[in-house]
Amino acid sequence: MCDTCGCNLTPGNKHLAFKPVPKGATAVSVLKGLLAKNDDQATHNREHFDRRGILAINLMSSPGSGKTALLEATLTELKDEFTCAVIEGDLETENDAERIRAKGVQAHQIVTGTACHLDAHLVHDALHQMSLDGVDILFIENVGNLVCPASFDLGQHLNVTLLSVTEGDDKPAKYPVMFRAADAMLLTKTDLLAVLDDFDPDKAEAHLRNLANPAPVMRLSARKDLGMDAWLTWLREQLAAQRARVAIGQSRRPAIQSDGVKYHSVTV
Amino acid sequence: MHELAVAQALVEQVDAVITQHQASTATAIRVRIGPLAGVVPELLATAFPLAAAGSRMEHAELEFTHAPIQVRCQTCGAETEAAMNRLICGACGDWHTQVISGDELLLESVELETTPTLSP
Repeated sequence: MCDTCGCNLTPGNKHLAFKPVPKGATAVSVLKGLLAKNDDQATHNREHFDRRGILAINLMSSPGSGKTALLEATLTELKDEFTCAVIEGDLETENDAERIRAKGVQAHQIVTGTACHLDAHLVHDALHQMSLDGVDILFIENVGNLVCPASFDLGQHLNVTLLSVTEGDDKPAKYPVMFRAADAMLLTKTDLLAVLDDFDPDKAEAHLRNLANPAPVMRLSARKDLGMDAWLTWLREQLAAQRARVAIGQSRRPAIQSDGVKYHSVTV
Repeated sequence: MHELAVAQALVEQVDAVITQHQASTATAIRVRIGPLAGVVPELLATAFPLAAAGSRMEHAELEFTHAPIQVRCQTCGAETEAAMNRLICGACGDWHTQVISGDELLLESVELETTPTLSP
């Protein structure tokens, strides 16, 4: 597909391309993803990861749902098994990166200033300031926000979305763009379920299914070490799957029903 | 508020189209947005003049094509319209569906003002 010869026109979209225009003016059909530049950079990032056999995971959630606490517990559990690295995204402070470094793990803090999400360029700049040799898993902790981060591909292979039980169990219904993008949904802080009578984990899962998302749902408490095994097992499986893909020269983009793209009348 | 970032990406892309077609300015820009793209047309319309200030599309009209949400059921094969947070099959109610429309974020077309050429 290119932008010059018109081969991106299909029977489904050509009506968009040819319409009468006044003299002295031309109408040009473009049909290109608006975020194409970000997506190109994300593809480049993914090539970086694949070349080194790294599995890249994008963690997204509201602020305060326990992304950093989950990482601390996860890195402690995996420290003898894999080499991990972390990119932290926040509007301000180096606090989260310092928490990760305290675990003896390489961490790079992206301070976004006022930006509400990470994008592929920010991640790319961060990658060039890190040492990726020997890294097995790269975690990217996105800015705490259930809206904007879902729209920007960073080059990750998987999206993991956290929902803490102190939030509402209808969050997937309220923030469908975010939860539709999840390759796994983690219900965090489950130790607090005993004192919360208004969060139903089954309802949270049902809301996720209503988004046609088959992603696994794992219930855990990083602080109290509950349910961590299922999450760690899933991570090991995903790393093995990534290595298998790399071995045959393939890659993976995060969910968002990638095979659904081929049903669209316009090629993105 | 990520719409400003999207508006900046839009300006870059339209600028590339203007250059590619050796035009002087863009007069109309049509963007196709589905609700599942996570971009609000009204907010993008607000952000666009900021991103386009001083550019060759400063006075362009930004138009939107709404892309309705449609899903195809993997169980019964029906294609039905769906709500943003209920992407289940409208015919059989199964959630094993694929979104076939409604998550687009596309620059659809651009109308260009061409510089008059000096023909002999």
